[in-house]
Amino acid sequence: MSGRRTASRAMRMNSHFRAAANHLATGAAIASTVIVIAPLLAIFGYLLYKGASSLNWAFFTQPPKPIGETGGGMANAIAGSGLILAIASSIGIPVGISAGIYLAEFSRGRMIGHAVRFTADVLNGVPSIVMGISVYALIVLKQKHFSAWSGGVALGIMMVPTVTRTTEEMLLMVPNVVREAALGLGISRWRSVLSVSLRTALPGVITGCMLAFARVAGETAPLLFTAFGNEFWNMNPAQPTAALPLQIFNYAISPYDDWHRLAWAGALVLITLILISVSLVRYVANRGVLKGAS
Amino acid sequence: MGVAIQVRDLNAWYGDNHTLHDVTINIPPNSATALIGPSGCGKSTFVRCLNRMHETAPGARVEGTVLVGEDDIYAFASPVGVRRRIGMVFQKPNPFPTMSIYDNVASGLKLNGFRNRKLTDEAVERSLRQSALWDEVKDDLKKKSGASLSGGQQQRLCIARALAVDPEVLLMDEPASALDPISTAKIEDLIFQLKSEYTIVIVTHNMQQAARVAENTGFFLMGNLVEFDATTKIFTNPRDKRTEDYITGRFG
Amino acid sequence: MNQPLEGLREVAAARAVAPQLHGHAAGGPQSPIRKFLVERGNSHLADRAFFWLMAICAGSIFAIVGFIFYQLITRSQLSIHKFGVKFFFQTGWDPVNEHFGAWPFVYGTLVSSFLGLLIAVPLALGVAVFLTEMCPRRLRQPLSFLTELLAAIPSVVYGLWAIFVLVPILRNDLDPALQKYLGWTGLFSGPIFGVGMLAAGIILAIMILPIISSLTRDVMMSVPQSQREAVLALGATRWEMIRTGVLRNARIGIVGSVILGLGRALGETMAVTMVIGNRPEISRSLLAPGYSMASVLANEFSEASDDMYLSALIEIGLALFLVTIIVNALARLLVWAVTRGAPARVSA
Repeated sequence: MSGRRTASRAMRMNSHFRAAANHLATGAAIASTVIVIAPLLAIFGYLLYKGASSLNWAFFTQPPKPIGETGGGMANAIAGSGLILAIASSIGIPVGISAGIYLAEFSRGRMIGHAVRFTADVLNGVPSIVMGISVYALIVLKQKHFSAWSGGVALGIMMVPTVTRTTEEMLLMVPNVVREAALGLGISRWRSVLSVSLRTALPGVITGCMLAFARVAGETAPLLFTAFGNEFWNMNPAQPTAALPLQIFNYAISPYDDWHRLAWAGALVLITLILISVSLVRYVANRGVLKGAS
Repeated sequence: MGVAIQVRDLNAWYGDNHTLHDVTINIPPNSATALIGPSGCGKSTFVRCLNRMHETAPGARVEGTVLVGEDDIYAFASPVGVRRRIGMVFQKPNPFPTMSIYDNVASGLKLNGFRNRKLTDEAVERSLRQSALWDEVKDDLKKKSGASLSGGQQQRLCIARALAVDPEVLLMDEPASALDPISTAKIEDLIFQLKSEYTIVIVTHNMQQAARVAENTGFFLMGNLVEFDATTKIFTNPRDKRTEDYITGRFG
Repeated sequence: MNQPLEGLREVAAARAVAPQLHGHAAGGPQSPIRKFLVERGNSHLADRAFFWLMAICAGSIFAIVGFIFYQLITRSQLSIHKFGVKFFFQTGWDPVNEHFGAWPFVYGTLVSSFLGLLIAVPLALGVAVFLTEMCPRRLRQPLSFLTELLAAIPSVVYGLWAIFVLVPILRNDLDPALQKYLGWTGLFSGPIFGVGMLAAGIILAIMILPIISSLTRDVMMSVPQSQREAVLALGATRWEMIRTGVLRNARIGIVGSVILGLGRALGETMAVTMVIGNRPEISRSLLAPGYSMASVLANEFSEASDDMYLSALIEIGLALFLVTIIVNALARLLVWAVTRGAPARVSA
């Protein structure tokens, strides 16, 4: 008699314990999420607060003033970043899209395709400073000076794996029946890939390029010894050139308050650019890349 | 305007899978020929051999002779030219999603490098009229995208696209199986009108459809062409017992 | 004769007369369109050229890896010959006297990375579990979007925030508290600067958290629903279902995502450089300044005046390159094993 009562009491205690464990786990998961989201909101909020006050017209149009004078901006860094990124995109985007086309249209299911894809993923994980060192060795050592060219090359080769993977992903979403239709009309392969497959996947491909662009736009390490940075206006790609993240770094570690202020403003600009790109990518991905294609 | 198709000892494989065995058939010009048979009997594979689409599948292989008009289509190194002479309409309507109606119909011309604007416009109108779609879309040719039409309209658009390049043969792989009955009836009307101008080969699992539109019918079973004859003969007095069994529904 | 055949016969007979055609045939024996298409070549050459162009671009990915490896190995020969493998285990970084020992940097990289992992992994798992199994549907999209955003913030912005927000908090509040209550462990001794190993570990944790979390989510989502249902049917609580039905099945992939996070932490440069203190010393205390491999490269590379100095630095770069490649390859293989090669996420 008492044995049965003890057993049922034990069962009740056990189920209480299990229920408690369940609640604890739920609480821990929620707590983790809050702890994770908090820094993001903290960083962005702080950025907004510190950076917004320094964002004025001068920021976007003027280069920095000499030490001691207040005011000035980071126009040279913004323009320099634009130059370097233009060079980088002209390398990274064509090569990346072509490699993505190769993966999606010419090597599907084959061993070589897997090898390329795997290598691209691994390349994505190589520290960007190592990229910078390699390009330094290749270009800067030979030319004996820093330049926007070398910075563009470093960022460009960083773009390639990302653009390749996103292009491939988007092309794989094009329904095969569309390709068959093009084949059935006797359209040559190259025309079919470009005017049918790529054209159908174009919105997604473009946003993939934007994502790669935004990612390298924030990179500092590869530029440290390629573009090197410049206090003054320079749009000559064969000379050391300023870049926004580089300038932010230099100002952040400097002892001058005024430069700190500029660093915050620059960081706000950078993060806004990235925010817009990530949002756009999400938007396109959710809307569906292929309007109307079933 | 259509040409005859003569097939001799056609064999086809998917890897090690021997899907077509020694198919020999003479398809007369300017007529509609239906191919019927249960699922997996090889009729789709056969039709895809006629415009060299079969070889696009990995591990696919073809042996035999296919004469379209006077040319052995497998004698050419590249299948691209062959496919320009033979139009194909697929089971599921597949208009190009990002192109307008006009661009869809003209795609066989434009993407093959045809530059004459006037002739292209004429070809687009002609083929849209031939596929009975002209009146429904003539005001929105360049504004609406191909994918915004209904299923039946999309299939007629695909037919127009195939017709715009002025083919000698039109292959149709179960063109109405994904459509509702009204669209199906419209497509059958189309085939009926087109067959005096083109050689049409239509794969169908619907025997009534074959009876409605085709002068001749071929019955496929397990990769073999069992019987090929005038449609009325096949459906009233078939020579082979297997044909009779299929027609009467003993297996499906 | 059977019934169905008769019906078909009637149908076949009914279509005897063809109605009038719309439009007109495309002209004579060979219309201009037909003529054009027949005479046109089959663009075989153009197709081959196109294929090779695409293939070369794909091959460039191999070429890039090879190029990096080549540059690093050839330019570090000087240092490799002089110091050998001992280079990574000896101390003393003296450019003037050409004595280079990279152990402090290796130590710093390892300690900061593992500290970062220690903090990040439990939190990342918690977030992944919450988002995948517990989160109300409406919140899922915005929350996962936020974690993706965290992954996209540039390193230098993290560093900026760390210098002006994190370090003061450490210096004024957290470090003294740790020293007071946990000083007996010996891990929190010495002068308090704010910058140091702990700061580096924390900022690394924040940075690698999104990637571990999103990969873990991918892995968890690839566990089939039937697994979850089977465990629930046995009367498990939700946490028990998650533990045995999902996490247990996904554990290989989760290990993979953790290793991927490690790979990212090992190579992280800017944020770490800004808060680690940049002193090539080894100390048991987490509050002491240190140095990492990536940081010494960032700080000293452009000042390296002579060949031996440069060569030593490049040797560090080579080690970083090889280690991150191996770690990343391992991680990708593990993740792939569970998700079976489903396309990688489009995020960074």
